[in-house]
Amino acid sequence: MTPTTNSRALEISTPSDREICMTRVFNAPRRLVFDAYTKPELLTRWMGVMPGWSWVVCDIDLRVGGGFRYLWRGPDDFEMGMRGTYLEVTPPHRIVSTEQFDEKWYEGECVETVTLEETDGRTTLIMLLRYDNQEVRDSVLQSPAASGMEAGFSNLDALLRTLER
Amino acid sequence: MHNTTLTSPQLDAIFAALADPTRRAILSRLASGDASVNELAQPFDMSQPAISKHLKVLEGAGLISRGQDAQRRPRRLEPKPLAVANEWLERYRKHWEGNYERLDALLEELKTAETPKRRNTRGKKT
Repeated sequence: MTPTTNSRALEISTPSDREICMTRVFNAPRRLVFDAYTKPELLTRWMGVMPGWSWVVCDIDLRVGGGFRYLWRGPDDFEMGMRGTYLEVTPPHRIVSTEQFDEKWYEGECVETVTLEETDGRTTLIMLLRYDNQEVRDSVLQSPAASGMEAGFSNLDALLRTLER
Repeated sequence: MHNTTLTSPQLDAIFAALADPTRRAILSRLASGDASVNELAQPFDMSQPAISKHLKVLEGAGLISRGQDAQRRPRRLEPKPLAVANEWLERYRKHWEGNYERLDALLEELKTAETPKRRNTRGKKT
């Protein structure tokens, strides 16, 4: 379906049942990618600006212990927000932060690690999302969307093909 | 985006239900036709209570329902929630693909903005 030969293709993998990893190559040096990720005036130009959606709040306090707050407004005035705290800030290489949506897609917290590797003026962005499910590990009904997402990405397609027959 | 009626707890329940390989196998089995608990238990080499536990999770997530036959109480696949969950995952992927395409465009712009400075040092202006 989606061609994977394109070097700019978004790759999504699941290194463990608690993690999701997204990889994407950009044709730009990493300091620019880092800026685009961390400066509100740049971030608001690409993240979450789907048709019908606009930014309401984009606050970034880029330091360890500092926080960020994003809020978008979509069709029918539906609002989607998220917030988090920076755990590590190493420009232009690495950002580690917690993140949580206002609307809880999953139980507990998610730790996001963004790593930027530069080769010949091109930047590979690796975004690792690690979901916390210590408390809910044995309780299937409460296990986070993350573990289901693993099932989703690796098995749901196959399963749906079975169902369509 | 024609179906956004599932709440996030419902999505959580679906994804949690799908996270288990046995439950995915049960769904695949039910895709080929309704089956009683006994019939479902056989291929999995599991006790009936163990299977019932899985069925309860699937039922709680709305992925299966019970048929009319009071004797067999056959389980039936409800494909709609699965399709909605898949749609949600597709949206997630599309969301990020869209984000990164806009980021591509922005980065091109930032690179272009930097280029004239270098040209100026060579005394060339456009």
